[in-house]
Amino acid sequence: MSSIFKSASEIANSLTAGDVTAVEVAQEHLDRIAAVDTDVHAFLHVDTAGALAQAAAIDKRRAAGEKLPALAGVPLALKDVMTQEGIPTTCGSKMLEGWRPPYDSTVVAKLKANGVVILGKTNMDEFAMGSSTENSAYGPTHNPWDLTRIPGGSGGGSAAALASFEAPLAIGTDTGGSIRQPAAVTGTVGVKPTYGAVSRYGLVAFSSSLDQAGPCARNVLDTALLHEAIAGYDPKDSTSINAPVGKMVEAAKKLDVKGMKIGIVKELSGDGYQAGVKARFNEAIEALVSAGAEIVEVSAPNFEYALAAYYLIAPSECSSNLARFDSMRYGIRVGDDGVKSAEEVMRMTRELGFGKEVKRRIILGTYALSSGYYDAYYGSAQKVRTLIKQDFDAAFAKADVLVSPTCPTTAFKIGEKANDPLAMYLNDIATIPVNMAGIGGMSLPCGLAEEDGLPVGFQIMSPAMRDELMYQVGGTLEAALLSKWGKPLLSSAPALGAK
Amino acid sequence: MSLNYEQAIEKYEPTLGLEVHVELNTKSKMFCGCATEFGASPNTQTCPVCLGLPGSLPAVNEKAIESSILIGLALNCSIAPFSRFARKNYFYPDMPKNFQTSQYDEPICVNGYLDVTIETDGGPKVYRIEIERVHMEEDTGKSLHVGGATGRIHGAEYSLLDYNRAGIPLVEIVTKMIPGTDKYAPEVAKAYVSELRDILRSLGVSDVKMEQGSLRCDANVSLSPRGSGVLGTRSETKNVNSLRSVERAVRGEMVRQANLLEEGGRVIQETRHFQEDTGLTRSGRSKETAEDYRYFPEPDLVPVAPAADWIESLRATLPEKPSTLRKRIQESWGVPDKEMAAMVNADLLDTVVATVELGADPTKARSWWLGEISRLANESEVTPQSLITPADVAEIISLIAAGELTDKLARQVVEGVIKGEGAPREVIDKRGLKVVSDDSALMAAIEAAIAAQPDTAERIRGGNIPAAGALIGAVMKATGGQADAAKVRELLLKHLGQA
Repeated sequence: MSSIFKSASEIANSLTAGDVTAVEVAQEHLDRIAAVDTDVHAFLHVDTAGALAQAAAIDKRRAAGEKLPALAGVPLALKDVMTQEGIPTTCGSKMLEGWRPPYDSTVVAKLKANGVVILGKTNMDEFAMGSSTENSAYGPTHNPWDLTRIPGGSGGGSAAALASFEAPLAIGTDTGGSIRQPAAVTGTVGVKPTYGAVSRYGLVAFSSSLDQAGPCARNVLDTALLHEAIAGYDPKDSTSINAPVGKMVEAAKKLDVKGMKIGIVKELSGDGYQAGVKARFNEAIEALVSAGAEIVEVSAPNFEYALAAYYLIAPSECSSNLARFDSMRYGIRVGDDGVKSAEEVMRMTRELGFGKEVKRRIILGTYALSSGYYDAYYGSAQKVRTLIKQDFDAAFAKADVLVSPTCPTTAFKIGEKANDPLAMYLNDIATIPVNMAGIGGMSLPCGLAEEDGLPVGFQIMSPAMRDELMYQVGGTLEAALLSKWGKPLLSSAPALGAK
Repeated sequence: MSLNYEQAIEKYEPTLGLEVHVELNTKSKMFCGCATEFGASPNTQTCPVCLGLPGSLPAVNEKAIESSILIGLALNCSIAPFSRFARKNYFYPDMPKNFQTSQYDEPICVNGYLDVTIETDGGPKVYRIEIERVHMEEDTGKSLHVGGATGRIHGAEYSLLDYNRAGIPLVEIVTKMIPGTDKYAPEVAKAYVSELRDILRSLGVSDVKMEQGSLRCDANVSLSPRGSGVLGTRSETKNVNSLRSVERAVRGEMVRQANLLEEGGRVIQETRHFQEDTGLTRSGRSKETAEDYRYFPEPDLVPVAPAADWIESLRATLPEKPSTLRKRIQESWGVPDKEMAAMVNADLLDTVVATVELGADPTKARSWWLGEISRLANESEVTPQSLITPADVAEIISLIAAGELTDKLARQVVEGVIKGEGAPREVIDKRGLKVVSDDSALMAAIEAAIAAQPDTAERIRGGNIPAAGALIGAVMKATGGQADAAKVRELLLKHLGQA
């Protein structure tokens, strides 16, 4: 039986048992990509030779009797915002077309150390700015549930790769919801760990104080396995937390929430949330109550300002982070005819190299940081951030974890919101507060909305450095829903590829 | 120009402001592990971090923090319990990230002072220079603009970029406005930079080589009509790379501004570039419309919060102040003021001290370094210290004291050491410079001299002792200068019955 539809832990078991080789597993996934990715377009680059070589090396070590890490030989899809030595890294931008980084990000180094086989790089909104993957310079990714719909963003490629069974594991990055929102709309699982839990070294920065890489998979246990593989202190990232990694796998396997207090955030439901989203969310709450959890309602009055503050902080940081793309050292160069000045070449390169949304945010951020406006915009936004943290602190005093729908709606149609940035920004209304406070957030599927038959995401938020709580609650909820449904949600997704 | 310096100072009073940039001599760069050695081949001391490659992150060099705190303590500053890095955003090809990581409104050291003494008409006078701040930042790369008349980017055919310097730790020391220096402004400016340089050297935190750019001074000068109390517009003179230039630049700028104001002109707020050949300044970048650097706190770095006990332990390691050291040395060696000043001005105090510490007599050590060695250094336009080591000089002095060398022979030994013929003893052996102290050999030469000049010998016998000079000279000549003149005299007079 093909390993395509197996989970990462099942593949890992088969590899350990010797039922299958890593090369066979990698080849099956590469074949799957070849078969369905023309339709899905989850990948920007498939590293066939590299993946097979990594797999062969794992097989060789296993054959030699070496004890290998849990995920050794399991394939993974890497978001194209992470550097991998010698492998094209575009961040979904024309600007970096052809750039092959000379170094591995810490996440990639850890994946390699764990023997994870990296299949290739996945599509994303340009420089992680967007909620639909439509902002990729290389064309949109399609939602495997309905190819006319968006797979979420910015990490739509990673989520779609999971949902289309092109890879059992993926890496995403989450600045305002870019892991959780794609997970929600594709019926997969995605975790944004506590800020600082996973090194940002080699993650091409969008907004440094909000960016966080995290694990994505098709179930909670696989996500936990990947979480433990990539997390940990890294001296190369000054904002990384110097503390031991929590026991995510153990928490995911607990399947027990008796006596836990689960807080429903009043402000993250109600108006603007699709009926099917609310219905599935409420059913999930009932499942948690049946499993023994206690439900409390909490209020976070300042969440109202989160979106506005986010759209000042993130563009401000991005305006500075993206200044380095000036054609001098890497990436494309436009207008270098020996006559034009360096300044003109920089300007022409940035004009052509950046897409509309990136330019919009650079301009917004440049303005917000300008002398005379700084206090009113960036300064106020930082204050809001403090207030949001205080709201979370107060809420976590009443509840062990907080929950909400991940997104207000299910996946929308490609093109539907492409010309309405504000409508697009509203997708992240429930995910952004987590980034603003630097805490952990998970999205896992909680069913299909009856009105459109599309997946709905359930968000669990845990206090900083208590990421294991998300896994404990998420694992329990997943098991409860699975026993109710009788089969994984993704098995109801339409078949892909040549029939 | 109509007004000379004296006329200018009659009408106007100067206010100074001095900014000194110091390259720290840490082994590695400010935010990465790259080497900092001066003069390496272009772009060989770089990595993803100091090249600002996408995804790379800075990590602070603890040693640079320590050096900055030491500087602050030596300058009587308060050390901030909490300080932050900030990004200074502007585009320039030699700046890899197109922002400089610096400190802005939260510098590491504030509110210090440095006392300098200068000679005035009324004797030595102490000026207290107040220090506003000491902050850390990273250096930029270096641009070499090829072609074009000015060597600047505008009009150049192409530019070469060397990023070896990018990320070298810099400390910027900024004074408050310095009023009241009156006609001594140029001397005060020079004395301040000189004293600061001595302090930095004594702390061992920088090579403080102005000619290599490891210590760079920007001099701000403004004039107010005498007695008006109205502060004039300031200019900022850059590119001042020797102590003498500091004095010349301030003097030149005062005269330029005075003449401009006399002619009814207006001083423009701008940077000016000091020109070593003419002693004048050339107009640079206008600062009339303040550039907006869009400073904001560096999100990739955590705040610097040095522990109070660490600061105190650093304070305990502060070396003796250079001014105290000078006073102590002058008293213990009994050096006249003028000679002390000569030694300090020639930048030879430390070298002479080192020579004395190796056993040389202070007066002899001073006379060798300020005399013969300085003369040779002047001839080849290098520093005396670059020619010979204190150890070699100390050895030569001890050989003279032991009677193994005459002053004349010693000069030849110095020359040999400088020419790379080896250590003093090797030079003596190779060149055969042994003092002829064998009495019988000397007697033979003396008898030969008497035989050649019988009349002179007769006059000496008759009590005309000064006439001995002619015979001694003949003996010295005959022995190729290798005889000890005093010994020759003694033997000669004894032989002629005069001793």
